[in-house]
Amino acid sequence: MDLHATYRDGVLLLQPQGRINHLNAEAFEAALAARQAAQAGRLLIDLSQLEYISSAGLRILMLLSKQIVSAGGRLATAAPTPVVREILEISRFNLIFKIHPTVDAAIAAFAAVG
Amino acid sequence: MKVRFWGTRGSLPVSLGGAALRAKLVRSLLAADGRRFADAADAEAWLATQPFGLTQTYGGNSSCVEIERRAPDPAGGNDYLLCDMGSGLRPFGNAVMARHGPQRPNHFHIFLSHLHWDHIMGLPFFTPAYIAGNRLSIYSAHAEAEQALRLQQSPPCFPVPFEALGARIEFIQLEPGRTVTAAGCQVSAKRQLHGGDSYGYRFEAEGRSLVYSTDSEHRLEQAGEAEDFAAFFRAADLVVFDAMYSLADAVSVKQDWGHSSNVVGVELCRLAGARRLALFHHEPIFSDERIAEVEADARRLERITREDGPALEVFAAYDGLEVEL
Ligand SMILES: [Zn+2]
Ligand SMILES: [Zn+2]
Repeated sequence: MDLHATYRDGVLLLQPQGRINHLNAEAFEAALAARQAAQAGRLLIDLSQLEYISSAGLRILMLLSKQIVSAGGRLATAAPTPVVREILEISRFNLIFKIHPTVDAAIAAFAAVG
Repeated sequence: MKVRFWGTRGSLPVSLGGAALRAKLVRSLLAADGRRFADAADAEAWLATQPFGLTQTYGGNSSCVEIERRAPDPAGGNDYLLCDMGSGLRPFGNAVMARHGPQRPNHFHIFLSHLHWDHIMGLPFFTPAYIAGNRLSIYSAHAEAEQALRLQQSPPCFPVPFEALGARIEFIQLEPGRTVTAAGCQVSAKRQLHGGDSYGYRFEAEGRSLVYSTDSEHRLEQAGEAEDFAAFFRAADLVVFDAMYSLADAVSVKQDWGHSSNVVGVELCRLAGARRLALFHHEPIFSDERIAEVEADARRLERITREDGPALEVFAAYDGLEVEL
């Protein structure tokens, strides 16, 4: 699991790569903390390079989302692979996280809301 | 070993209700589309081709699961082994009465996951408990088990006192990690995350194994948690698992409510190499259609996570279901 971070149009863009499961979920949490993800006013998680995410990884994303939202920020996701999209549906995270088809669409949506 | 589900609903018994029954009838008539049925058997055969959620109901009694051993007790007794005494204990008791009548003494070995009301509320309605000569051995890792059962049968909550139960009732205090033998089964307990704690049980007999793990919240990202439960579930022939909420609900609005999801059930059974997973402790507000979705979603995840391993059989338990292990 790797976590790439860049900024685009004032949005912190994080791109996890590989697989996230119970074995590396704590490392994922630490990597998010190192990027100061919880402090981001606008956070976009690009799921295009994520092959698989287990409940452990999703729980960490939920905790992160709670922190961001309670601080007045916003979190969205974009471009999930077919397997990850299915996992988001099965776990019903699709009802909680905004899932944009592409990173560009997500950035545009952030800009539109302001 | 045979497992019989008498109560599969979580938190509160529910009934299907008139409106939901009516909706099933309407959809069934539409699905039949003018078809004629020669007799009841013909109608039954057609119903068997229709989805479970349309023609049946998962049922509404709260937690009660019976474990029946294949071989009769060598001591010749009438031993019954149960998990929890939810409202499903009442139809179980009626079935025992129908089988033996009041004469023949029976010995019930009952393992309590915890003392929340939905897991003990069946006792005051358990007819065999009122019959002298019967015996109840109640196993619990909670020291307050006897106190809780006496409390629910005392005024002003209930008119018939605990003392009116004519059967001989004994309480056996369990400790996690220490195995006991009950009704010919080896049983071990594991503490689980739930308000006031709950305990999962692993039953072994006749070369088969069953894990009963309900009212248990999981945080699999925490080191050791997944491995601990995978070890407890290891190669089980059946895991009965608290799948009350969706994962999203269990980790957001219902975090710390002490329950788990179909997703975590599949993950832990995969790690453990378990053979079957019974989704259990259904959310009382869920319709039959919604529980069928929870089951279908769990099967999708099972396929995604199967890789080269053996298939895990996943199903939503329902009141009346029997599973041969
Ligand atoms: Zn319960
Ligand atoms: Zn409970």
